[in-house]
Amino acid sequence: MKKFLCVFMTLILCLGAFTGCGGSKSSGENGTLYVYCFGDYFDPDLQYEFEEKTGYKLVVDLFDTNEEMYPVIKNNTADYDVICASDYMIEKLISEDLLDEINYDNVPNAENVADSIKPFMEAFDPGMKHSLPHTWGTYGIMYNKSMVDEEIDSWDVLWDQNYKDKIVMPNSLRECYMIAAKKLGYSMNTADESQIQEMTQILIDQKPLVYSFANDSAREIMIGDSAAMAVITSGEVIYSKEYNENLEFVIPKEGTEVWTDCWAIPKAAKNKEAAEAWINFMLDGDTAETNFEYLTYAIPNKLIADKMDEAVLNPSKDLLDKCETLRNLGAEADDIYSRYWKKYKAE
Amino acid sequence: MKKVLKGIYLALIILFLYLPIFTLMVLSFNEGKTMNAWTGFSFRWYREMFSNRTIMEALGNTLTIAFWAAAAATVVGVMACIGLNAMKEKHRSFFMGLNNIPLLNADIVTGISLMLSFLLFGISLNYGTVLFAHITFCIPYVILSVMPKFRQLENHTFEAALDLGASPAYAFFKVVLPDIMPGIISGFLLSFTMSVDDFVITHFTRGAGINTLSTLVYSQVKVGIRPTLYALSTVIFAAVFVILILVNIISNKREEKRA
Amino acid sequence: MSKKIFSGPFLAFMLCGTIIPLGVIAYYGITDRSGAFTFENIKAITTGEHWEALMLALMLALISTVICLLIAFPLGLILKDSKLGKKGFMVFIFILPMWMNFLLRTMAWQVLLEKNGIINQVLGFIGLPSLHIINTPAAVVLGMVYDYLPFMILPIYNALIKIDKNVIEAAYDLGAGFRQVLQKVIIPLSVPGIVSGITMGFVPSLTTFAVSNILGGGKVNLIGNIIEHEFTTGSNWNLGAGLSLVMMIFIVISMALIEKFDRNGEGNII
Repeated sequence: MKKFLCVFMTLILCLGAFTGCGGSKSSGENGTLYVYCFGDYFDPDLQYEFEEKTGYKLVVDLFDTNEEMYPVIKNNTADYDVICASDYMIEKLISEDLLDEINYDNVPNAENVADSIKPFMEAFDPGMKHSLPHTWGTYGIMYNKSMVDEEIDSWDVLWDQNYKDKIVMPNSLRECYMIAAKKLGYSMNTADESQIQEMTQILIDQKPLVYSFANDSAREIMIGDSAAMAVITSGEVIYSKEYNENLEFVIPKEGTEVWTDCWAIPKAAKNKEAAEAWINFMLDGDTAETNFEYLTYAIPNKLIADKMDEAVLNPSKDLLDKCETLRNLGAEADDIYSRYWKKYKAE
Repeated sequence: MKKVLKGIYLALIILFLYLPIFTLMVLSFNEGKTMNAWTGFSFRWYREMFSNRTIMEALGNTLTIAFWAAAAATVVGVMACIGLNAMKEKHRSFFMGLNNIPLLNADIVTGISLMLSFLLFGISLNYGTVLFAHITFCIPYVILSVMPKFRQLENHTFEAALDLGASPAYAFFKVVLPDIMPGIISGFLLSFTMSVDDFVITHFTRGAGINTLSTLVYSQVKVGIRPTLYALSTVIFAAVFVILILVNIISNKREEKRA
Repeated sequence: MSKKIFSGPFLAFMLCGTIIPLGVIAYYGITDRSGAFTFENIKAITTGEHWEALMLALMLALISTVICLLIAFPLGLILKDSKLGKKGFMVFIFILPMWMNFLLRTMAWQVLLEKNGIINQVLGFIGLPSLHIINTPAAVVLGMVYDYLPFMILPIYNALIKIDKNVIEAAYDLGAGFRQVLQKVIIPLSVPGIVSGITMGFVPSLTTFAVSNILGGGKVNLIGNIIEHEFTTGSNWNLGAGLSLVMMIFIVISMALIEKFDRNGEGNII
């Protein structure tokens, strides 16, 4: 037994050494760039391309939600040079003075940013001083034509008793309240407690119709024909349709949430130039196209605008006028939402 | 008849335990990205897996962290057993109780409390902090595996060895160690497994550039998990399966020889 | 030189890795965001939705622990007598699933159990009624049983094989039936294993959030989900810490139980 434990250990160590070597072959002639990003959020082949082009070695770390990333940046527990974060989180980081301004001289590709996204960026990062967009999208209703006969164009359908136990809702606080707000005609960034209370009530009324709360797995549930409709982000549509041709997507006429995930540079960055080189690389037309093909999420880049599906990934101006971006509401409002959300989930 | 029923019962439980694993293995050969539609047999994800540097680095980190954490926990754990056994009953049971806390505490509480403590003392998070956290939660498994073996020891053999002129260290390695070896091995293997499977604690205690397989899996939840990770899990699972079977067969043979 | 000194590294790890971090959490638990002292975060457990979530978690954890016990005990008896019941094999077969990532295994259950999932397709194919447990507490219980069954089987099995065969034979010789032997000999002697199996499965089930999120479809709200919510989206770490301090009560109860029934560490997982 002892001997074979030794064999086992050696095997493990060999494997470890093998993969370890594979990873850290060179440290890059211009230094190392630490990227902190949502998992699987750009084509991994781009890593090699970037390293070849710029001579930086790239180390990529991954997180799952903005909330997981936040304490890491706030407490500066690890030194990242460039991060990817969503709109409201960028606003929060800016308000806490955790982000550095981007030097546009080093990011000539910034001019490729699509114009349609700019008003939304202005809302959380005036002048786009601290962030540049990576992906964007809207929330809408994906439905299965074999289970839904009518034309859907409004959030009201989520309250239709005919779809009892057939609706998938997002498992995230702000998105659920966004739906209720749009249905009632409120701003999705309201901090008014009576409005939040009213929204909670209509969400509770709707809860018996919910099949499940799901984020990433919503599309899998839809592909598998297990639910009739799901509130989902536009980026999932191309992918889902590929596997289930009955799926259709619509952005409700009341308007919806436009989200943007952006690149930004933390104050604590050690290699700011490398970070800017990375952002510039990400905004390049070819890179954008590669990422679009890999992710199927909309990339707000002028050079590949024609590649985006008009209806899904490039909504009309009229519709966009009714949309809003998530804002950072501050600790007090967060607490109110949090309290009502727990009530809603406990029902 | 009774034997058949027993067999069926055992088979049902094994089916229950292995059904999801089997599902993932099958899905790793699915051409498409989805879990819900079979679009054809393919090695696509296996090819992608080997060319993905992040995955390979994460595999390396996972294995080295697990190895060093399990090794350190084993050494510390065995030493602890020696020390605890020399203590008074009252003290020993107090420390054994403490030993249960990391086993029973919610992962998220352990993870966040460790992160906060590191920050409090100005320790920047890196490979070392992950390793420290893993050692901490592996030690209890080692102690739980080794302690009973110590209890079964005949204290006289150790003393006899000393009387015969052996140094305490020599007596320990020649007399005590062989007897507690099975406990050490299972403690090591269990620690190793727990370390590989851990996500929450690793997540909160890691620094820049440290991904493990678990953190990789969780980080992909936003955009949906890519089947490359099923492929990787399948490969690891198969490797461990083969190794454990070999260990099992060989140790059986040795036992037969001894008998 | 005393042998006690060898426990030094262990105590150091315990102090730095467990006691100090727990102290930090306790500090967060009894202060508010501004750092002022308060008991609000601990008292919060009695408010409606927190209390409900705790009760639901207690109930589901209890049910899953009982199911685990009912499955594991007969299995232990079968394996005790069978040739397969070799220690290596046992550890092998019940620890091996842990080499597949926990999240992936739980997600695989979701694929299997979905309304139109694999199990229901198979059931439909052979003409059986479909199974509607996904997104209900039943699915969460299934997930808990799945995850913690090995932790119940191994200690029970270990306690069972330690029972001297002669004791059982003696009982039979003295005229006891199988039921009596079970009641008077086997069960009392396997109590340490049962107790450590129960605590190893019960407390982790009580605090789980991943299982209820994935298999409960976000509709089954447990205390673990609330703690996780406070540490992430809710970003109220003080409240999260306060609620986790309440969970420490259950850990302390478990420790006391183990201390009472399993003094000698007989019912160990390995």
